[in-house]
Amino acid sequence: MTAAGDRLGPTLFERSRPGRGGGKVPHPPKDALARIPAGQLRAEGPRLPEVSEPELTRHYVNLSQLNYAVDTGFYPLGSCTMKYNPKIDEWAARLAGFAALHPFAPDAVAQGTLQLLWELEQSLAEIGGMKAVTLQPAAGAQGELTGILMVRAYHLSRGDTERSEVLVPDSSHGTNPATASMAGFKTVTIPSAPDGGVDVEAFRAALGPRTAAIMITNPSTVGLFEARLCELLDAVHEAGALAYMDGANLNAIMGRFKPGESGFDVMHINVHKTFSTPHGGGGPGAGPVGVGDKLLPFLPSPRILREPDGRFRLETVGERPTSIGRVRAFVGNTGVLVRAYAYIRAHGASGLTEVSEDAVLAANYLKARLSDVLDVPFSRPCMHEFVASAASLKAATGIRTLDIAKRLIDYGFHPPTIYFPLTVEEALLIEPTETESIETLDAFVEALRLIVAEAHADPDLLHSAPHSSPVRRLDEATAARQPNLRWSAMTGSQTPCPD
Amino acid sequence: MVPQDLRYTKDHEWVRIEGDMATVGITDYAAEQLGDIVFVELPELGRSVTQFTAVGVIESVKAVSDLFAPVSGEVVESNAELSDAPEMLNSDPYGKGWMLRLKLADLSQADALMDATAYEALTAEA
Repeated sequence: MTAAGDRLGPTLFERSRPGRGGGKVPHPPKDALARIPAGQLRAEGPRLPEVSEPELTRHYVNLSQLNYAVDTGFYPLGSCTMKYNPKIDEWAARLAGFAALHPFAPDAVAQGTLQLLWELEQSLAEIGGMKAVTLQPAAGAQGELTGILMVRAYHLSRGDTERSEVLVPDSSHGTNPATASMAGFKTVTIPSAPDGGVDVEAFRAALGPRTAAIMITNPSTVGLFEARLCELLDAVHEAGALAYMDGANLNAIMGRFKPGESGFDVMHINVHKTFSTPHGGGGPGAGPVGVGDKLLPFLPSPRILREPDGRFRLETVGERPTSIGRVRAFVGNTGVLVRAYAYIRAHGASGLTEVSEDAVLAANYLKARLSDVLDVPFSRPCMHEFVASAASLKAATGIRTLDIAKRLIDYGFHPPTIYFPLTVEEALLIEPTETESIETLDAFVEALRLIVAEAHADPDLLHSAPHSSPVRRLDEATAARQPNLRWSAMTGSQTPCPD
Repeated sequence: MVPQDLRYTKDHEWVRIEGDMATVGITDYAAEQLGDIVFVELPELGRSVTQFTAVGVIESVKAVSDLFAPVSGEVVESNAELSDAPEMLNSDPYGKGWMLRLKLADLSQADALMDATAYEALTAEA
């Protein structure tokens, strides 16, 4: 067994021994059980593992050390912007004035937090070229829903009740059609042109009096700037529809392209991608939404207002009847927003522009260096990410993108996004971000070069990869077909890592 | 080689016409592109379906895709075995992996679909 394999070790349930525990918590009085009404008592005790505190600590610390993270290595996960998050942002979020503020604190004692959030709204509005921003949505997907609900409110406010369709390019994020459906619209998919942009002919054919909005991700999911954007947005507005910008790829364009100035009416921002807040994991997130003049009246309430005397307050209930209402408790996930604020203020305008320039430079460097290793379907310069493909390698050797991804783990890299976008066969979506050194990028190229050589010389080595990870290749198909989510003691063939 | 006696759509469904009945499935090419299929959702019996509209869902380890009706008609049978063994779509797409039987609403619709030669030309381009 490898060192990692040892750490995978038995579960807490298997380590459990009757009567073992921490024992430092004050014991309840002897008659505690008698004080609880008989009907509320459990028939038997909960079947929780009984382990000592050091056993518990070691179990979780060892598990945590199996984790692959941006803090341990290169993580070029396309469409996800896995940049390194500066630790000073964590410091800021932990300041007691922010972290210990009670959510029901009256405005008078929450001035610091309200000011920070108000200033963050101003910064994000400037970055996006938008008139105003709401920080309420708890994630990008909720931001999308908030944006499209405002679009719906806008059309209805004008008595325009026939707009039932949202146009979504086929290269868009899966959340876009899901958002349109959730908001009660029918999704109309627009195909891509061969150059990776939106097919303008198909777009014009679909656009009409039933169109409520188009949702565009720019740069697109194949990492390309939408070259016909002005033409698309002019046509959208001529048809009386609105333009939604999915800001998932904002890391490519800061300081260079402001979506609001190009005609977008609404956009969301994924602060966990561009502004260094933690990624997912089920924890709190934030998906601020920016709007132009048309949607300003419909922003969620309560907005954060600055009074003429410089004090800040939250809107009161019913103060702005055109609002679509509240989309999140309180004012959003404040701890996450403090990190985004710290990141923006630490960089400043010129620093954020440099972030995007370096992200684009790194992606183009990798793309150029990999162009004789893998297929690169779109030859024009990319933005912050690019698509490679193993289609030719598969035809020659039978090695698929999945095999390459698994083998990259053996070389110490997190694999890029694979099989997305769906419009490219055997796709790898690679996003290096601005935070990686040229030595790291070169090492990644060298690993892929070696893997392609292995594909020709020893394909079985790739079929059975990874070889050095805590668990070997997982059977994703069986896991999805027969999801067995309940723990039971591991025996024989079920034991992971048999070697 | 794809079976010569079937008709095909650009969305990679196949249809076998017998009298006024149509058997529907997805092609080997579609199954290969999707990867290991893990879940299938089929329309309820008796439902009227319209040609080229989404009537079901196919989920693979890679993606969730719509199943489109290649022809209009009424659903008279669906392959219940696929719920326990969706992998039959990968292993035998033209046989045990069939998905629906439809009672045709318009016999001429099937004639307008691609034949085997035209479908092979389509997948060769891709």
